Amino acid sequence: MFKVIQSEMIVPNMHLLTVEAPDVVQEIMPGQFVILIAEEDGERIPLSISDWDSENGTVSVVFMNVGVTTNKLAALQAGQTIPAVVGPLGLETEIDKFGTVICLGGCYGIGSLYPIARALKKEGNRVITVLEARSSYLFYWEDKLKEVSDQLLFISRDGTKGLRGHVGKLPDIINKTGGAVDRVIINGCTYLSKRGSEITKPLGIKTIVSLAPIMIDGTGMCGVCRVSVGETTRFACVHGPDFDGHEIDWNELLQRRKMYSSEEVIPMRQSKCEDHAHHISD
Amino acid sequence: MPEKEKKKLDLKIREMPKQHEDIRRQNFDEVALGYPANIAIEEAIRCLQCKKPKCVANCPVEIDIPGFIKCIAEKDFALGTKILKQKNLLPAVCGRVCPQEEQCEKGCILHKKGGAVAIGRLERFLADWEATQGEPPVPSIPPATGKTVAIVGGGPAGLTVAGDLINLGHDVTIFEALHEMGGVLIYGIPEFRLPKAIVKREVNYLKKLGVKIVTNYVVGKTKKLDNLLKEFDVVFVGSGAGLPWFMEIPGENLNGVYSANEYLTRMNLMKGFQFPEYDTPIKNHKRVAVIGGGNVAMDCARTAIRLGADEVQIIYRRSRDELPARLEEVENAEEEGVVFHFLTLPVRYIGDENGWIKEIECLKMELGEPDASGRRRPVPIEGSEYIIPMDAAICAIGNNPNPLIPDTTPGLEMGKWGNIKADEETGKTSKDRVWAGGDVVSGAATVILAMGAGRIAARSMHEYLTSS
Ligand SMILES: Cc1cc2nc3c(=O)[nH]c(=O)nc-3n(C[C@H](O)[C@H](O)[C@H](O)COP(=O)(O)OP(=O)(O)OC[C@H]3O[C@@H](n4cnc5c(N)ncnc54)[C@H](O)[C@@H]3O)c2cc1C
Ligand SMILES: Cc1cc2nc3c(=O)[nH]c(=O)nc-3n(C[C@H](O)[C@H](O)[C@H](O)COP(=O)(O)OP(=O)(O)OC[C@H]3O[C@@H](n4cnc5c(N)ncnc54)[C@H](O)[C@@H]3O)c2cc1C
Ligand code: FES
Repeated sequence: MFKVIQSEMIVPNMHLLTVEAPDVVQEIMPGQFVILIAEEDGERIPLSISDWDSENGTVSVVFMNVGVTTNKLAALQAGQTIPAVVGPLGLETEIDKFGTVICLGGCYGIGSLYPIARALKKEGNRVITVLEARSSYLFYWEDKLKEVSDQLLFISRDGTKGLRGHVGKLPDIINKTGGAVDRVIINGCTYLSKRGSEITKPLGIKTIVSLAPIMIDGTGMCGVCRVSVGETTRFACVHGPDFDGHEIDWNELLQRRKMYSSEEVIPMRQSKCEDHAHHISD
Repeated sequence: MPEKEKKKLDLKIREMPKQHEDIRRQNFDEVALGYPANIAIEEAIRCLQCKKPKCVANCPVEIDIPGFIKCIAEKDFALGTKILKQKNLLPAVCGRVCPQEEQCEKGCILHKKGGAVAIGRLERFLADWEATQGEPPVPSIPPATGKTVAIVGGGPAGLTVAGDLINLGHDVTIFEALHEMGGVLIYGIPEFRLPKAIVKREVNYLKKLGVKIVTNYVVGKTKKLDNLLKEFDVVFVGSGAGLPWFMEIPGENLNGVYSANEYLTRMNLMKGFQFPEYDTPIKNHKRVAVIGGGNVAMDCARTAIRLGADEVQIIYRRSRDELPARLEEVENAEEEGVVFHFLTLPVRYIGDENGWIKEIECLKMELGEPDASGRRRPVPIEGSEYIIPMDAAICAIGNNPNPLIPDTTPGLEMGKWGNIKADEETGKTSKDRVWAGGDVVSGAATVILAMGAGRIAARSMHEYLTSS
């Protein structure tokens, strides 16, 4: 059993969960993920590692509440336990002295970008962190990210913080750096990674994305996480989750992620809301 | 002539009751129900108690087969169980899934006459009898040697090593990647062939003996093997052959195309058949194709039937005679309504506009010259392409050992197929203080062979631990 140390909603619908998992933190690297189970007989879901504390043996994830399991995780309180936290899984994000690196994060990716930016900075890169969200109230960890970035920029769809618009603003940001960007690293939802990669491809900037296909075991045993990268099929849980964004078959990935969308809504519909309605009318 | 030889040989193999196909198609309960005691005794009496039993010679772990059968015939089930368990840690598992027809029963002197003693069923009978006798007593364990053993993988190979070495007084810890122990016995072989309660019982027994079990621990990721070696005197790698093969044909990444591992894991480990009570979904496809002809393919096909498919077709590139699955499983599948397409090779999956599979293009084959395996090689018949509509395809064509450990362990010598190289007599690998056995060494094989390899390694590890 793994003890919950901290659980809080950091911005609307986005949660930070810190669990005690001393085994997991021993050889952890930026860009890796864990698989957890929220309660006995629950589903296994992958979440990127956003931070860890080697001394206290804790690991933190940031997740968006989108379905059954994330819902259960969101309801956890400090002191409770969950049955499984396994990891760190996947390969680490490649860290080297690249020069100027843009770290683009959206949604839960803002969290998982943090250890990556930190490592890049430590390696001596010029780190430009760009966060994207619908509105200013959805940004988080700005202070943490500022510390490990040379520049921290924002894009919000409603213009309430930073540039107004979406990832389409990326070329403007690249231009402002004098065009000398050596690498773009994107963490966040599939659309952000796809659009970001489409933008950087004609500019010829190497772009690394962290993919989130459906997973079960996370050890290369089931193959559900397969993605087409260039001419080959790769298992994202062991060969990834990072891949060259210019080589991904994005449509296939988007379709594969929808594989269970019709089933996934069933448990949500059985959320017992009807029962409440019943009681109220009684 | 002595009395005995004049007695007419009883060649009638006693049938084991099983669920009727119309009923079992609709449930996930075990199909074969086991012998009742009186039938088991009748069957046991048929054993001729050979002086030089060929059955024992054919058993990978050399169980004293006539010995335990005699006990059944004499109604001393307790002694029979004891004899059985001296050589086999998991009789309830082996009695159900071993290919006895190719091993012990093939060696039986009555086999040639058409009536081999049903050794597997008798083995199962004793194991099931024992389970009804309450908790098995925990044997006394010799004083602690102070030596520590790490075992990677909680499948039959790892469980066997754990059982053998804990009984010799060593300090044993099993590290398992998944959240449940048992390896393929838990995530692969379906409930209707091997109830999970049986596997859990065996694992609990090991816990009671003092084996420490750490689940959710991926060696190579959570901790490198080299770092485990800093904490343990010896390491056994029994990580299995869990990397699924795909055919590498167009359309393989369409939705609705699965590896057998995915399909079975959703179903067994994650209990997808109980969705939505359990959270992991599984699709109830209507027309399902299973590619392959082994036990794994049969398990997938029979699972699809139980999930309510209208049509389940097995597509196999050779003919019925070459099917690698156990005959019993083929017959079960046929009874349950699975349709076989022999000499057929899928060449392409065709998708709809939403990325779901809708058709499979196949090619007809004919048998040519024998290949390296001695079986006649299937060759495509030109221009024989045809299309079958399908809304799911499950690829059950085989597995390789998972590269996770070799990739993260320098100095571990590997074979051509990604298997770890280990000495046949000792299980020793090229790396100091590391042994390996089971599917990770042999490639996908059988439960009993994995257990046999575990036993050999355990012996060698014990020798090393007591001499160093
Ligand atoms: C390597 C990796 C790292 C990830 N890191 C994070 C993270 O740090 N934070 C975070 O919030 N999410 C992350 N995800 C996505 C996360 O796993 C899913 O959101 C989660 O599985 C949804 O589970 P659920 O039971 O709550 O929702 P479900 O009811 O299962 O699904 C609800 C919806 O979520 C989407 N979904 C389902 N499964 C996945 C999946 N495996 N990946 C992505 N979307 C899915 C689908 O659109 C689905 O309709 C990551 C995924 C991967 C593969
Ligand atoms: C569907 C199916 C049906 C079968 N039917 C039969 C049958 O009827 N009869 C028969 O005799 N055989 C059958 N087999 C084959 C048999 O199950 C295997 O040969 C046997 O289980 C091999 O045992 P093992 O201990 O070597 O490996 P496995 O049973 O594969 O166990 C390996 C374990 O190691 C774990 N592991 C892997 N990597 C790591 C790591 N890095 N760190 C920690 N743990 C790790 C895995 O999660 C797994 O639990 C079948 C196989 C399948 C898939
Ligand atoms: S999640 Fe099963 S192989 Fe990647």
